[in-house]
Order: sequence, then structure tokens, then C-alpha cells
Amino acid sequence: MKMYFIEFREIFSIAVRSIRANKLRSVLTTLGIIIGIVAVTTMSTAIVGLRDAFISSISSFGSDVLYVDKFPWMSMGDWALFRNRKDITIEQYEKLRVVLKNYEAMAPTKTTFGATCIREGRSINASMIYGSTEEYQRTAQLVLVEGRFITDVEVKAARRVCVIGQDIKKELFPFGNPINQDIKINGTPFKVVGVLEKQGSGFLGGFSMDGQIIMPLRTLESTISNRHGRLRIDVKVGDVTRLDDAREEIRAAMRVIRKVPPDKPDDFAINQQEALKEMYDKTIGVVAIAGIVITALSLFVGAIGIMNIMFVSVTERTKEIGIRKAIGAKTWSILLQFLTEAALLCVLGGIIGLAISFPLSLVINQFLPTAMPLNVVVLALVISAVVGVISGILPAMRASKLDPVDALRYE
Amino acid sequence: MDQKYPFSQNEADRRQDLNKLTNNGKTMNIINIEHIAKIYQVGSEEVHALRDVSLKINKNEYVAIMGPSGSGKSTLMNILGCLDTPTHGIYDFTGVNVSQMNDNELAKIRNKEIGFVFQTFNLLARSDALHNVELPLIYAGVPASERKERAREALEHVGLADRVHHKPNELSGGQRQRVAIARALVTRPSIILADEPTGNLDTKTGEDIMALFNDIFELGNTIILVTHEEYIAEHAKRILRIRDGLIEKDETVANRYIPKKNGASKI
Repeated sequence: MKMYFIEFREIFSIAVRSIRANKLRSVLTTLGIIIGIVAVTTMSTAIVGLRDAFISSISSFGSDVLYVDKFPWMSMGDWALFRNRKDITIEQYEKLRVVLKNYEAMAPTKTTFGATCIREGRSINASMIYGSTEEYQRTAQLVLVEGRFITDVEVKAARRVCVIGQDIKKELFPFGNPINQDIKINGTPFKVVGVLEKQGSGFLGGFSMDGQIIMPLRTLESTISNRHGRLRIDVKVGDVTRLDDAREEIRAAMRVIRKVPPDKPDDFAINQQEALKEMYDKTIGVVAIAGIVITALSLFVGAIGIMNIMFVSVTERTKEIGIRKAIGAKTWSILLQFLTEAALLCVLGGIIGLAISFPLSLVINQFLPTAMPLNVVVLALVISAVVGVISGILPAMRASKLDPVDALRYE
Repeated sequence: MDQKYPFSQNEADRRQDLNKLTNNGKTMNIINIEHIAKIYQVGSEEVHALRDVSLKINKNEYVAIMGPSGSGKSTLMNILGCLDTPTHGIYDFTGVNVSQMNDNELAKIRNKEIGFVFQTFNLLARSDALHNVELPLIYAGVPASERKERAREALEHVGLADRVHHKPNELSGGQRQRVAIARALVTRPSIILADEPTGNLDTKTGEDIMALFNDIFELGNTIILVTHEEYIAEHAKRILRIRDGLIEKDETVANRYIPKKNGASKI
């Protein structure tokens, strides 16, 4: 065993010396590996960041909440077909409320994207405006830091009151207390009754949950939106284990309410957070596959490059191989020498790749809080070494099979 | 002579090895070749490089192999050096039949029993003298400290104690060949096989190298010298003349040329 160790030290030092003797060539050769490693590490860093951001942004959707909607969130079918379905109406909501037994909260919700909010010359664009009822606080799991949520009375009377997110408070009320102050939303004055807790930035800089405004449903319809538009019924089941039963109960009730004939499929969808996750995973899957394809391609090209340069190296060092064999190097020793050199070359490429992708991950971190996962670093180095060994096999075999007599005669 | 021998520590082992090869004082053959032939396939044609060669070489002989190019001299040398195996016949080397051995077994024999000295020195260009001499010991699995000590001794022995860390391109031709000789000696092989060792050197330097070989011979080593120069061959005690794949003549040198010792060697 010790004997092999002695020989392996020699093999390793030959590889190091050979790479050092051809520095530029070695680095150029490993370019494919470098690109591959940069691709795989940057991609997985970004994916980790995307996933974290996504999960934090969908956490506002409760895991025990079902969303009855015209459109399925995870749509695989024909968009036009869903669009032609009858709208869900407030009457249907009221019927569902009567029929359904086990639920914690239920809120009919309408959403409008974007509206200009003005107060004393200051203005901000609200990302989302929700029109709903007092129960929306529970279905959306909202926490207030100032004031109160909209009340049953305000909802029934369609009062012009609203609850605002942190971004809107910060922009319109940088110093003062917003409670009971007026703001103008798309020109209509509203009284601020509550301020939501800070929720953090949205997914990929998209809709910030801190830029939202909540007001009574009918207020929204009469001021900013209109009586049409997509209504959604949010049902908080209150018990995650009852989710499937509740879904069936809602489905049965909605079929009756919407008078769907028994032989026809549902003309509505019951969504849940899980569906969003699945959709997300599918999207990320596509991104990951693209990443894997890029990585695999560049590693493949890199491996061909390494193989090519190893063949050159074997040819260049035919005489050396002859000398080593004459002096007593065995076949496996020469084989291992070139395999080690190829693997070392690739690991070098991997290290350079990591050195490039680490600052890149810091740049990504500016947009998307993330960090390069340690297992990716280890994986990158293992992949490099494996690519090295694979691409070194053929040249190393050629070297090890050289006839010492011919190799010594080679000039 | 014993006191001067730089490997005095191992001299006892050496004597023992020698005794193994001598049968109660009666000399035993270190090399025993019986009817070997080597046939190469060149295209559809068979080339008989060696036809039928039989020869014996004893412990502590100094043999020159001579012959024109194409005579089969190189083929014979390759077979003697276990770099190649014969197509037919038996090659008995230090009591072991090596004619059917595989590459790795031959590599082991070369590593332990044969010291090569080549016309073009064949040193590793990127390694210093010490590492070049260490190389066979690395493949023999000798630990670093012992290896370095033995390599240093061998370099001292050939008069290069002050050139240990010089790379081949920092050494003269004669010095390079001395490094190669040190490398050949360092494993204490059964035979030293020198292929045109003075071919790339000027006459004066060549003479120094031949003096070194003579010293090595006088210390009890077996030397096989391959040359095409009559003058170099006459340093040996016996000359084998090869022609057309056969031994044409096997003669003892009556008036052997003994080179005078020079300052380069410490012996």
C-alpha cells in the first residue's frame, strides 16, 4: 500500500508540473469546463433564490384556504374556454355561505391591479387593490400594526374606507399617523382605517404585498373597478387535514348553485396554494432543464477539449513515457498519470469556474436574496473531476499501451 | 576496493547476490539465451530481425555487442533489456524465464535488474539530476528519505555531487550521461545495458564515460555495451558480432583497452 502511495505522489507531482509548464494552454483547455461550472452553479444559486422568494411571496396565501375561481391557477387547458365561463357572482357567494357548513371564514374578493394614490402632492402606485369583506383579514391572514380592519358595517354600507400596506404608508405618510386621514385613489377620497404589517418584497420584484390596499367589495366596484370583473371566493377551511373534504363539499355546493348538469364538467375551479407551488415547480423545472442542457453541452465540449489536449500531451511526451516505462513504470502507473493530469486539469477549471460564479452569486444576491449552496460547490468539483477522468480515459489508455521500444525511439 | 565503494553498507548484500549466482565458486550465467528469434510483421511480409541466437553472459562480464545497422543488434538489445520479448526461444535472465512475461512483469524486471544507459541520455527534461536518479526507486516503492540518500550517493559516485539540483539543460553532454549512469546504478541492477553511450559525445568526454564504465565493471558489475565503433567495443572483454540476425563471431578481446582514470570520477 505504501508503495502505491510513493508512486502516487510522483504521479501527482508530474501532473502538477505538466499543467504548470503549460499554464495558458491548460486554462484555455478548461474553458468549456469553466463555462459549464459557472452555468451550473449560477443556475442553482438563482433557483434557490427564486424558490425562497416564491415561497415567501405565496405564504400570504394560506395553506388551508381554498379559492373558488373561474380560472384554474394551474391552467393546462384552453384559456378561451375558461374565459367564456359564467362569472362567479356575489349571489353565488351568499348561497355558498348558507349551504357550506364547516369553514372558518369566507370572503368574496375582487382584485384590481394598480391605482394611483395621492395625498398632499405625494403619490404612489398601489400594486394591488382588493375589494372584499371583513372576513378577508382571516382568509388572507393579515396582521395590522395600526388602526383596525374594515368592518361588517363598512362593507354593507360600501363606505369609502381602506387598509393600506407599509409601502403606501411610507410614501404618503412619511412622518404622520395615517389613521383617519384621507387619501385619493384614482381621484376618489378614502379614509385610511388601518395599516398592515410589513410583509417584505414580492416575488422577483413583482407585486409587492406592501403596496396593497384593501377596501369593501362594493366600494371597489363603485369607485375603481365596476360591477363586472372576476370575483373569487376565498374559503378558509381552518384545518389543513379537512382540505380535501372541504374541497369536495364546496365543489358539490357550487355545482348546485351554478346549476351545472350532472353530465357536464365543473365550470369553475377550486384553487389552493399547493397548485401555485406545483406550477412554480414546473416553471423552475423548465429553467433547470435549460440550465442542465447548457451545463451538459459546455461540459461535453469541455470534455472533448480536454481529451484533445490530453492526446496532444501524450504525443508530446511519448519519449518521457518510453523513459518511464524502460525504468520500470507499469501500465497502470502511466494510465493513472494521465488520468490524474486530466482530472486535475478539470478540477482546476472547476475552481476557476467557482471563482467566477461566486462574485456572480453576490450580484444575484442584490436582486434575489440567495447564497451559493455548499452542496453545489462540492457537486461542481466532483463533476469536474468525473469529466476529467472520463475525458482522460482514451488518451491515458493510449499512453499506457505504448510500446517502450517505439516510445524511446520517438523524436 | 571495498572501502572505496560508495554503497559499502549494501556491499554485503551485493556479495550475497553474487554468491547466489555462483555455484560453489563455479560461475553461473546471468543471461542464458537459447535459440531465440524475433519476427516482425511488416505489412504482409515477415521480417526476421533475429534468426537463431544463443548466448550466455556470466556475472561480472564486460560484453560489447557490435554490428552494422539492420543486423538485429538493436532487437537483441531490446530483448536483453526486457523491453521486448522474443517470438521464439527462451530467455533465462538471472534464473527466471522472462520470454513469456507480460508488460507489467517485464517492467518490474527492468526496474529491479537492469540499468539502462542510452545514446541520447533520455533524462526527464523538467526534473533535476536528483529526481532523475530517484525515478527508478520511485517505481520500486522506496520511501523518500532513503531514495534521496541513495540517489545522492549514486550521483557522488559518478562525480556529480555538486550538480544534484541542476536540470539536464544546465548540464554538459558528459554530465548528462553521468546522471544517466547514476540512474542506471541506483537500483543496483544485475546488468548495465549501455546503448551507444558515447555516440553523442566528443572523443574526450566519451573516453571519460568509458573510464567510468570500466570502474563500474571493476566493482563487480556486469556490463553489456552496444556499439558500432570498434574502438569503443575494445574497452570490453568480449565482443559479440551480429550480422543478419545471427551471431557471426563471439570473441575475447586479447588486448583490451583500459582507459586511464580521470579526475571526474571519485573512484
